Amino acid sequence: MVTPEDIKGWIEAGLEDCQVEIDGDGHHFEAVIVSPEFTGKSRIAQHQLVYGVLGDKMKAAIHALSMKTLSPEEHAAAQD
Amino acid sequence: MSIQEQLKEVVESNDVVLFMKGNPDFPQCGFSGTATQILQQCETKFASVDVLADSSVREGIKEYSNWPTIPQLYIKGEFIGGCDIMREMFENGELKAKLDSLDS
Repeated sequence: MVTPEDIKGWIEAGLEDCQVEIDGDGHHFEAVIVSPEFTGKSRIAQHQLVYGVLGDKMKAAIHALSMKTLSPEEHAAAQD
Repeated sequence: MSIQEQLKEVVESNDVVLFMKGNPDFPQCGFSGTATQILQQCETKFASVDVLADSSVREGIKEYSNWPTIPQLYIKGEFIGGCDIMREMFENGELKAKLDSLDS
């Protein structure tokens, strides 16, 4: 069964300077992902980047992943 | 006609179309249910396609948009996103603005 730590590891390995905060109950996962690779990209392109990194590692479980993607600038702004 | 051509026709011949599991009255998955509620709260007319009724549609639409999950929302032929993006756009008012601009 896929764990939050698995997903965090896969995403951080696949995206440059990436920070992932994730939690989940084994059925649904909520991830907040920050990476400079998102800068200037549309939301869809950002999410497709993450789906690309995950490839078919998650297979059916991909359906259970909800994500919020932010560039470092957006993340910093959200912190203020 | 190939499945991709059929999908292109459906996407381009409806202003707003939601590919979902089940139908608006009986969504068969939480995310599809949320997506339906969001569109209903925007008070917009929308077509829906039950991907569970046809596996070639279910797989074909993922290839069409290069997006691995359902639901998927299209407005004026443009892929808008799945449940997460719809929720984010709805919360910041972007989705309703985009839908309202269709009616004018």
